[in-house]
Amino acid sequence: MAEAYLRLSALAHLGLEARAVADPGEAGVVLSERPGRGQIDLRGEAEDAGFLGAVEQAIGLALPLEAGTTASGGAATALWLGPNEWLVVTPPDGQGAAAEALRAALKDLWAAVTDVSDSRAVIGLSGRHARDVLMKGCSLDLHPRVFGPGRSAQSAVARALVLLHQTDEAPSYDLYVHRSFAEYLWLWLEDAAAEYGLAVVSGG
Amino acid sequence: MLLIPCPWCGPRDETEFSCGGEGHIPRPADPAALTDPEWADYLFMRKNPKGVHTERWVHSQGCRRWFNVARHTVSHEILAVYKMGEPPPETGADSKQNRT
Repeated sequence: MAEAYLRLSALAHLGLEARAVADPGEAGVVLSERPGRGQIDLRGEAEDAGFLGAVEQAIGLALPLEAGTTASGGAATALWLGPNEWLVVTPPDGQGAAAEALRAALKDLWAAVTDVSDSRAVIGLSGRHARDVLMKGCSLDLHPRVFGPGRSAQSAVARALVLLHQTDEAPSYDLYVHRSFAEYLWLWLEDAAAEYGLAVVSGG
Repeated sequence: MLLIPCPWCGPRDETEFSCGGEGHIPRPADPAALTDPEWADYLFMRKNPKGVHTERWVHSQGCRRWFNVARHTVSHEILAVYKMGEPPPETGADSKQNRT
């Protein structure tokens, strides 16, 4: 695990904080980076009630068992990645304690806990035209009747692998993208959003 | 482009998947006992039917899970999708083309 003081946002060189506005006003699309989030890859047997119970006891979170769903509890959010795999997202620098708690709770079980916080950057995309921007580069059906708040999916946006998570009805999305693709995806999103009016805000 | 129904994620574009070739080829229980032709047959010889073909696919840009697909090689129609370890369903495949 990287020392906290060494961690650098994948988009730090774009100077987004300097461009951030306090009020996005009439902008149709609002972009932000959400730096530093803790991310833990958790694997275990979804059929094992002992595993699910141990996770819930360790971090106060009932894992989502249905494909493409998410669940929040404690300070963490879990995104479904596969039938026996989840991404547990914690607030910045919360991953160490969460991983430790999970490892202690799961040490006698068939499970794996891996800190992958530095693997992905997170880009926040919201605004009334956010869905239109995604539709330019993503083949998923994002219509509200299919993909609403709390849904997640692993797919491609502009050919970059993205873990997409819709967080509210604005609509707002979090795009988890491997950090080497973060600049490319950010610039692509800026270009795709230009016609709707774009504002950059501080992601915090 | 094919629309492939991943058993977990639902219908997704073909570009999200990778094909792993023909399915249902068990590894020999005792590889050391095989003759060279038998080993070559296991490694290299594959069906090439004009009709229903059972294949392994992996949802490499999604949930990264392997599963089986029964696909018609002429129409590309996907007749069945089923999980690893499950037997191929009845799809009208020509049994004469099955390897021994």
